[in-house]
Amino acid sequence: MHSFARAKTLSLVLVASFAVAGCAPSAEETPEVSPAPAPESSSEEVAVEPEADNYVIMYSGREESLVQPLIDIFTEQTGIDVDIRYAGTSELAAQILEEGTQSPASVFLSQDAGALGALADAGLFDTLPADITSRVDPAFTSQDGTWIGVTGRARVVAYDSEAVTESELPQSADEIVGPQWSGKVGVAPANASFQSFVTAYRVLKGEAAADQWVSGLVINDPQIFEKNSAILEAVNAGEVPLGLINHYYWYRMEAERGAENMRARLHFTEAGDPASIVNVAGAGILKAQSFDLDAYELVAFLVSDLAQEYFVATTFEYPLVPGIASPAGLPALADLAVADFDLSDLSTLADTQEILRKYGLIF
Amino acid sequence: MEKVRGKEKPRLWLVLSATVAIAVVSIPLVYLVARGSELSAGQILQVLSRPRVGELALNTVGLSLAVSVTAVVLGTAIAGILTRVRLRYGKTLLLISALPLAVPSYLASYGWLVAVPGLQGFIPSYVLLTAVTVPYVTLPVAAALRGTSADGESVARTLGLGPIRAFASVTWPQVRPAAVAGGLLVFLYTLSDFGLVAMLRYETLTWGIQQAYAASFDRSQAAILALLLVVIALVVVIAERGARRQVRRTTATHISTEMISAPWRTVALALVALPPVVGVLIPLGGLGVRLVGAETIREVDLSRLALATGVTVGASALAAIVALIIALPLAALAARYSNRWVGVLETLGYLPHAVPGIVVGLSLVFFSLSVVPALYQTMVVLVFAYAVLFMPKALGTARSSIESVSPDLISVARTLGSSPLRAWARVTLPLALPGFGIGALLVAITTMKELPATLLLRPTGVNTLATELWSRTSAGEFGAAAPYAAVLVLVAAIPAMILSGVRSVAKEEM
Repeated sequence: MHSFARAKTLSLVLVASFAVAGCAPSAEETPEVSPAPAPESSSEEVAVEPEADNYVIMYSGREESLVQPLIDIFTEQTGIDVDIRYAGTSELAAQILEEGTQSPASVFLSQDAGALGALADAGLFDTLPADITSRVDPAFTSQDGTWIGVTGRARVVAYDSEAVTESELPQSADEIVGPQWSGKVGVAPANASFQSFVTAYRVLKGEAAADQWVSGLVINDPQIFEKNSAILEAVNAGEVPLGLINHYYWYRMEAERGAENMRARLHFTEAGDPASIVNVAGAGILKAQSFDLDAYELVAFLVSDLAQEYFVATTFEYPLVPGIASPAGLPALADLAVADFDLSDLSTLADTQEILRKYGLIF
Repeated sequence: MEKVRGKEKPRLWLVLSATVAIAVVSIPLVYLVARGSELSAGQILQVLSRPRVGELALNTVGLSLAVSVTAVVLGTAIAGILTRVRLRYGKTLLLISALPLAVPSYLASYGWLVAVPGLQGFIPSYVLLTAVTVPYVTLPVAAALRGTSADGESVARTLGLGPIRAFASVTWPQVRPAAVAGGLLVFLYTLSDFGLVAMLRYETLTWGIQQAYAASFDRSQAAILALLLVVIALVVVIAERGARRQVRRTTATHISTEMISAPWRTVALALVALPPVVGVLIPLGGLGVRLVGAETIREVDLSRLALATGVTVGASALAAIVALIIALPLAALAARYSNRWVGVLETLGYLPHAVPGIVVGLSLVFFSLSVVPALYQTMVVLVFAYAVLFMPKALGTARSSIESVSPDLISVARTLGSSPLRAWARVTLPLALPGFGIGALLVAITTMKELPATLLLRPTGVNTLATELWSRTSAGEFGAAAPYAAVLVLVAAIPAMILSGVRSVAKEEM
């Protein structure tokens, strides 16, 4: 199906266009190292003879300043060189969908589960071996082993501490759409994390309630933003009293601006409320390069104790491997809402988008 | 200077090479049609009939029209002031008026948000986009004015017309093609901009396209919206062709500038200063404020900065050359001949500029993997993408500068025994060269600032100044981003300032 569409598209492109000839291909950069003996796991699933050439290409939807220091440790420990392409998660997902089986990437590190689900649906991910998937709490990883959760991020309410007192803060998602917050709530409805919050609401409280919540939000004249970081900027500047964001944006801004410049504060709604749902960032291995054993080592490394502790210390995200301590000062993972649904399930995401679209929050 | 109509047919090789050029730049359009046609007619209708689509399309058209019309009026006024009014530091003012070109629109809007938090919606988007795009009109019109005699205007003045009416009735018709062509570039720029409108929260079709990728990973739906942009662009390009009209230009022998009274001089200076203040000074000031408060000022990795600068300058120089090569046959054809096929080719040439960078990037991911997989994610495909995206910036100026070379001169060369190609090389090329230079510089400046296609197509691990800037700002590290922002603006300012000094047509000295 996919390859048919591709062939059709190609023939159309070729009819109207022509290849630019005469440009010499640049030298291949991939170092050719003879295959090392195959490690125990995963080899039974791959058709091509697995090999380890100490070289991996990873596409990263998470930023360089966060990922690169960690990967440098990986390279130091294993001798495996990693070339990383950094871009936005959704752009990279679109790129991998476009590349299909010709993707040069072995690993995709994604900011959200939706993008991982899209690639899994397109059949582009290889199934991960059990010794990797078993490391992570099953509530925070794929149900079919196509991708693995790496870190958790909680949805929170960011508030302007100079405009809102603690006693006024909403204790639930429903209070957020109360009349007292009319015109005062910043949201990024196109953002994956906002949509999974609405999905959680749907799953926990039912379709009709979710529809009503979204309609209440829209009647309340929300402030629409393109992304979470812009919401936090606006809250911190005193422009918007409340904003629905992910918790780690606050810590990142604090690191940049200094604690004394943080007018914005974080607030978690009551335990189990969908407004405090936990989303995951995760990774998967692309089928196109699934014979590359180095990729398995890299993904295993992302859920190693060392990497999990690194994420806790640098991004204040929740570790997903049991036994690693959560960041200090945050509510325990168990106290936050964990909806009983697959975060990467695009069909349930589509139902959420239908509601958001109905009220004009997304296109 | 009339075009050849009907009688003389364009040479076959010229038509063929122009057709090839169009085939090359149409790759993104063909890709869009192919992706879009994966949906059934019913599904396409369903996407297009969503109420939000109409709203986004209206927002897009309204913003693009407002920005481009204002840019034409303001740019022509500023160019008139800079070339016709005696001002102290006139040359410096001209240089300064080119500077907004060097500031990427996403940077300008971020700087403004630091200065005035909470800016959002139509008015700020309109004002800021106008400020950063007005040099697309100011510079070509100023160049045309410097090559145009003010004698006619003087005559009109002695006959009793006021300065503005004299300008409007005598000089405007002569600079109109340059002004309208600049306005077209402004329109297309606004149509495809995402960074600024996203930052200032004014929802246009590029938002819809971004959402289609980000929320539902739906490339077909994104393609339908991008095609909607192309259709809007098509209408405007055709309208511009109608508004162009040919006017014989009286070549300047000397340029006289005029004294005006002090209060009017203040008004004139304020007008000239407006775009650089709004588009450069305030946003860079805002960035400076953020920098002072930043905790991520680390030791700047100079070798990394130098590498990114080298890649940026190299890639944009190559892109400028390739874009010019693609534009030349089209420009030569459109300048001298007028028939339906020539019109179709030229119109098609402008359309890729209306397509957002991410879409062009994805189309070339697909195309290069299918046709030249070995070149995927190499500089070759990246430079090619830049050329496809920005060739339209070279097309208009190249065409109008070839147009302004008198066919009489070429006839003389032909009578003296030169072959057509030789006559072109010895007469047209040297006279039109400054116009080609303007086009190439515009391509180079825009390439330096390009982000979405660069992120998709650059070789893995290679960075430009724009991608370095992006990776730091997307992590919220404005302190660490500052050196890259500063170098990007500085590097892009150099071609911008060169641009301000180029005449549109070389003097016909023989």
